[in-house]
Amino acid sequence: MSAHAPATPGLQHHFRDLAQQKDAVSFGMWVFIAQEVMFFGGLFLAYTVYRSQYPDVFAIASHHLNVTMGAANTVVLILSSLTMALAVHAAATGKKRQIVSFLLLTVLLGGVFLGVKVVEYADKFEHQLVPGRHFSGHALGLSGDRAAAAQIYYSLYFAMTGLHALHMIVGVPIILWIAWRANRGDFRPDYDGPVELTGLYWHFVDIIWIFLFPLLYLIA
Amino acid sequence: MSLPAAPHAADHAASHAAGAHHLVPLRVYYLVFAALMVLTLITVEVSRFDLGHPEVLGTRIPMNVIVALAIAITKAMLVVLFFMHVKYSPRLVQLVVGGSLVWLVILIAITLADYASRGWLGNPGT
Repeated sequence: MSAHAPATPGLQHHFRDLAQQKDAVSFGMWVFIAQEVMFFGGLFLAYTVYRSQYPDVFAIASHHLNVTMGAANTVVLILSSLTMALAVHAAATGKKRQIVSFLLLTVLLGGVFLGVKVVEYADKFEHQLVPGRHFSGHALGLSGDRAAAAQIYYSLYFAMTGLHALHMIVGVPIILWIAWRANRGDFRPDYDGPVELTGLYWHFVDIIWIFLFPLLYLIA
Repeated sequence: MSLPAAPHAADHAASHAAGAHHLVPLRVYYLVFAALMVLTLITVEVSRFDLGHPEVLGTRIPMNVIVALAIAITKAMLVVLFFMHVKYSPRLVQLVVGGSLVWLVILIAITLADYASRGWLGNPGT
C-alpha cells in the first residue's frame, strides 16, 4: 500500500471525516484524563486518611506553608487556564497569530508557577522539612510521634505538589510543540484537535491545583 | 426513508454530534475567570476563620473542610464545563467525566468505610 497525502490535510486514513476524528480523539483524551483522576485520586485518598488520623499535626505542619505564595500561584495557574482557553478559541476561529501568542503566554504563566514552587521547595529544604533522614519537626515545634505525623504531611505535600509540578513540566514542551505547529500553519477551524486536547490536559492540571491549594495550604 | 448515502449528510450528522462547531463566546470565558478569582478570594478569606464542628446526627462535621471542598468543587466544575467545553460536548464525553467521578467516589468511600469500621466486630486485626 503506497503512502499518499490525505485528501483532507490532518485527516488520518482510518477516520471517515475530520468531525469524527475529533470526536474520537476527544473521547480518547477524556479517557486518559479519567485515568489521571484516579492517578491523583490515590494520593488524595492517602491525604484524606492521614489528615483524619492526625488533624492537629496536619494543621500545624500546614501553617508553615506560605498562603500568599500558594494563593498567588492559584491565580497564576487559573489565569494560564484562561489564556489556554483563548488559544483553543483562536484555533477554532482560525486566528494563527493568536493561537501562538496565547499558548506562549500560557507557558510563561506556567513558568512563573514553577518558579514560585522552586522558592517554596527551597524553603522546605532550609527548614529540614523534606521527608527522610534529615527531616526534623524542629521548625514546627514538634517532636517524637507528632514529628512523625508531620513527616507524613510533608511526604504528601511533596508527593502531590511534585506529581502536579511534573505534569506541568511535561505539559510545557507539549504546548511549545503545538505552538510551533500553529506557527507553521498546521491548524484550521476544522482541524484544531491538537490544540483542544492540549487545552484539556492543561485545564486538568489546573483542576488538580484547585484542590491541592485548599487541602495543603488552608487547613484551619 | 433511504439511508443517507451522500457523504455530505453523514458529515453533517457527525459534525453535529461532535459539538466541534460550537464556539463558546469569549464573554463566557471572562465571566468564568472572574468567578474563579472571586471563589479563590473567598476560600482564602474563609480559611482564616474557624467555622467549628457542629454535631449533625451524631457526627461532628468539620465545617472548614466542607466549605473549602464545596468551593473547590464549584471551581473545578466551572473549569470542566466551560474551559474544557464539557457543557457543549457529546453525551459520551459527559459519561466519561461522570464515570471518572463515580470511580473516584468508590475508591474514597469504600476505603474510608474500611477505616471507619475498624474494631466494630472485635475481630483481631480488623
